Amino acid sequence: MKASNAVWKERLRGQLPPQLAEEIDTFETEIELRSQDKADEKVFAETRLRRGVYGQRYDNGQRHDGTQSRDLPFADKVTKGPHTMWDAPGMQRIKIPYGGLNPEQLELLAELAEEYSDGIAHVTTRQDIQLHFIHIEDTPALMRRLAAVGITTREACGNSVRNVTGCPYMGVCPDEPFDATPYANALTQFLLGHPDAQNFGRKFKPSVSGCEQHACGLAQMHDLGLVARVRTLDGQEQRGFKVVVGGGLGAVPRQAKVFDEFMPPEEILPVAQAIARIFGRHGEKKMRSRARLKFLIEKMGMEEFKTAVLEERAKLPEDPRWTDFVRDIENHEEQPLKPPGELPPLNGNARLNQWIKTNLRDQRQPGYVVATIALPLGDLTADQLRALADIARQFTRGTVRTTVEQNFVLRWVSKYDVPALYQALDAAGLSEPGASNLLDIVACPGTDTCKLGISSSRGLAAELRQRLAAKGVELDQALQDLHVKISGCFNSCGQHHAADIGFYGVSRTVQGFKVPHFQVVLGGQWEENAGSYGLPIVAIPSKRIPRALDLITDYYLRERQADERFPKFVGRIGKAKIRAVLDDLTKDAPAHEDEPDFYADWGDPRQYSIGDIGKGECAGEVVTQYEFETTAAERIVFEAQIHLEEGNASQAAKDAYRAMIKSAKALVQLQYDDVTEEDPDEVIDEFKERYYDTEVFHDPYAGPKFAHYLFAAHEKAGQNYDAESAHHLIEESLLFIEAVHSCYNRIRSAGLSEAGAS
Amino acid sequence: MDFQHFNVKIFVEGELTVDLQRFIEVFHSWVAEQSMDEMMIDIADYRHVPAGPGVLMVGLEADYSIDHNRSRFGLRYNRKAPLEGNNQDRLRQAYQAAASACTRLEAEFAELKFSRRELEVFVNDRALAPNTEEARDQLRTEIDTFVRDQLGQADCEAQFNADPRQLLGAVVTLSNVPEADLERPLVLA
Repeated sequence: MKASNAVWKERLRGQLPPQLAEEIDTFETEIELRSQDKADEKVFAETRLRRGVYGQRYDNGQRHDGTQSRDLPFADKVTKGPHTMWDAPGMQRIKIPYGGLNPEQLELLAELAEEYSDGIAHVTTRQDIQLHFIHIEDTPALMRRLAAVGITTREACGNSVRNVTGCPYMGVCPDEPFDATPYANALTQFLLGHPDAQNFGRKFKPSVSGCEQHACGLAQMHDLGLVARVRTLDGQEQRGFKVVVGGGLGAVPRQAKVFDEFMPPEEILPVAQAIARIFGRHGEKKMRSRARLKFLIEKMGMEEFKTAVLEERAKLPEDPRWTDFVRDIENHEEQPLKPPGELPPLNGNARLNQWIKTNLRDQRQPGYVVATIALPLGDLTADQLRALADIARQFTRGTVRTTVEQNFVLRWVSKYDVPALYQALDAAGLSEPGASNLLDIVACPGTDTCKLGISSSRGLAAELRQRLAAKGVELDQALQDLHVKISGCFNSCGQHHAADIGFYGVSRTVQGFKVPHFQVVLGGQWEENAGSYGLPIVAIPSKRIPRALDLITDYYLRERQADERFPKFVGRIGKAKIRAVLDDLTKDAPAHEDEPDFYADWGDPRQYSIGDIGKGECAGEVVTQYEFETTAAERIVFEAQIHLEEGNASQAAKDAYRAMIKSAKALVQLQYDDVTEEDPDEVIDEFKERYYDTEVFHDPYAGPKFAHYLFAAHEKAGQNYDAESAHHLIEESLLFIEAVHSCYNRIRSAGLSEAGAS
Repeated sequence: MDFQHFNVKIFVEGELTVDLQRFIEVFHSWVAEQSMDEMMIDIADYRHVPAGPGVLMVGLEADYSIDHNRSRFGLRYNRKAPLEGNNQDRLRQAYQAAASACTRLEAEFAELKFSRRELEVFVNDRALAPNTEEARDQLRTEIDTFVRDQLGQADCEAQFNADPRQLLGAVVTLSNVPEADLERPLVLA
């Protein structure tokens, strides 16, 4: 689309690293071939994904305008992938290893945001930068310009090794044993495009943390997590890493498990290579929903997996890259621009004082601080990127990193410079206080741009931010320490599982209309690298979530003991009591004609929809029966959580399974009244025949995976469950119930007769 | 120098008193109706970003926004698809598209008025239009010609931002606009 694409190709010829230049040329050829219909659409889709070229909402050429679904009049061309129109704008993900950026790169990102996107750069929860509304034919020029400043988009998406995330405080954190940055860098360079990492069934996400106790690296939620450690052997201090594997969020979250308590640096790369080979060889390829490393480890068991990896490691031919990087590593250290200093008097500037309190952290190097630049919803403008580049040059040697909380940090700021830094940031609109606290709400793109979004996570986050900012410093410190994270669907890109209070988007039918809702997720832990995951306790209409947050936080302030932190409070009080506090919010929905806004999402005036709005053709009694049954299923799975909290894993698993059967029965009864849950085999048979075999239940994106949860639970019915496996079953039960709701919504939209109703 | 991807931002006269949420509602209706010359796709809400794009209607060939860049509100037209013709043709197209949208919004909101005196023109492509002295001279000539031939004004002041990192562009202030012209239609005949 840009008139200058050929100009950039010519201008940058010979100036790019040869391998990057060749890769981009190849991708440009692939675009050309696909545009002429000379390349397979599915192969091309994976090809572009591996270049970070992602789809966006409405790229199937359909958009609901609040009353009906309409065709967007894209030209009739080949597709970019299944159901993906060629001209539909998409998202470009740009990998930023461990979030490290320099001023030149910031300036280039500003240019790209202006020229190819909408003027905004978005920081993601995995430290990438995303640009939206990009035309595919512009991507080679964009990639060439990135390559010219040392950035690649290779393997930013697709079934590949994704960005190596890293704690943004590595090298300056008082709690770390050593700076893990060069190790993160070595892992990035080694795995990028590695031949042994090209045959995965799904993505593979690595992470490096400098310590165990903080959340900054989130090792526990990664496929491969490295946590820096030292040990003393024969009087010598040795560096190494605790290695964890098989973590992940998504629809079925898993905590990573320990692979090795202490691995010397020389073994990190070959073991990562061996893991990639085992994952590529034995990982699931056909069923995407079971294709992450976490499922392979579950299937093999940790001991067998570890044995296979170590045997593979032993067979690998020696590669000098495994150890080359280690030689000079202990000499690696970023350097400050200015001498260390002391904080000057602040003259009673309340906002500056608040910013210092929430946005500055002492470095382990005396006289220096790390300043966090809190970005509302992870967004900043091209002008702000340039201002940040100037500020980074003025106060530091350009030491900037992105964070998993969608912010930037500026490292090596002399304390003496803090007031001047604040002034410079303030002039650029970058001096928001409240970093890493309640105000600093994390949200995935949700329905704004994501094809899978169910509810407006960004709309909700913006609303909550605005309300909380109005309360500002009046907020109790106990509340300011909370982390709120929002995802637009169960896939957890907003990391809701690891929040103190998480939300994820779901859809419900109320009085015949679809209404955006959010599940309230409690019990997660952000600290200790996302040390535990929460579970949803109740779905609440989106427009009532601000009230829900008020009720939860008020209850916490009222009932907490002394300095009790929120996760402990939730554990002590129990989810049943907290849910009771929210109960009223699930009742008494206003009539559509009285309050149409209730039936729309945040910031979006359209009547809410996740597809075409149904015309209410179902018989009322059938709807009532369905709603009755699914409401009961939700209650039962909630009771399962309570049993789990009380240590009764066996009963928790039984209830989670029963809830699945009950909600499956609710669907079956839309077509066949006589089924009874007293006979689960019959429910399964009828469900399978009517909804699975006909693919009516298949999710448009996830396919049959939620039905597989039901079948697997049925097969295991009556077996023993421990706390961990019961927790997983509850998650799967919740997802299955959500899928039942989605299926029901689709059926209503299409009309029951089309779904094969008898 | 061949300029493509012209942007024209017509500033709001005085303070913006219309809630941005109302622009979101109007833009959604424009997308539903597909009532612009270009194909419109969706709305992006950046109200949370200080001095940002504000509320954006994203299209295939062009975007329209109630833009708050540099802390000044205005209707901005961002031409994304290349156009045939010469620089004057392309500048006129961008101006007309922006002016048409402004006119529709003025009809929608009685309290909203766009400036007849002040607008911003820039070229959103650094390869074709680097922010150099030579390019600024040429854009100045194009702006003078456009103001004289299309807007019918004898003189204007064009204030360029000389930071080479910025897009080539200028805030254009029409000099000595007669009072009667302050009520003229924005759209050119």
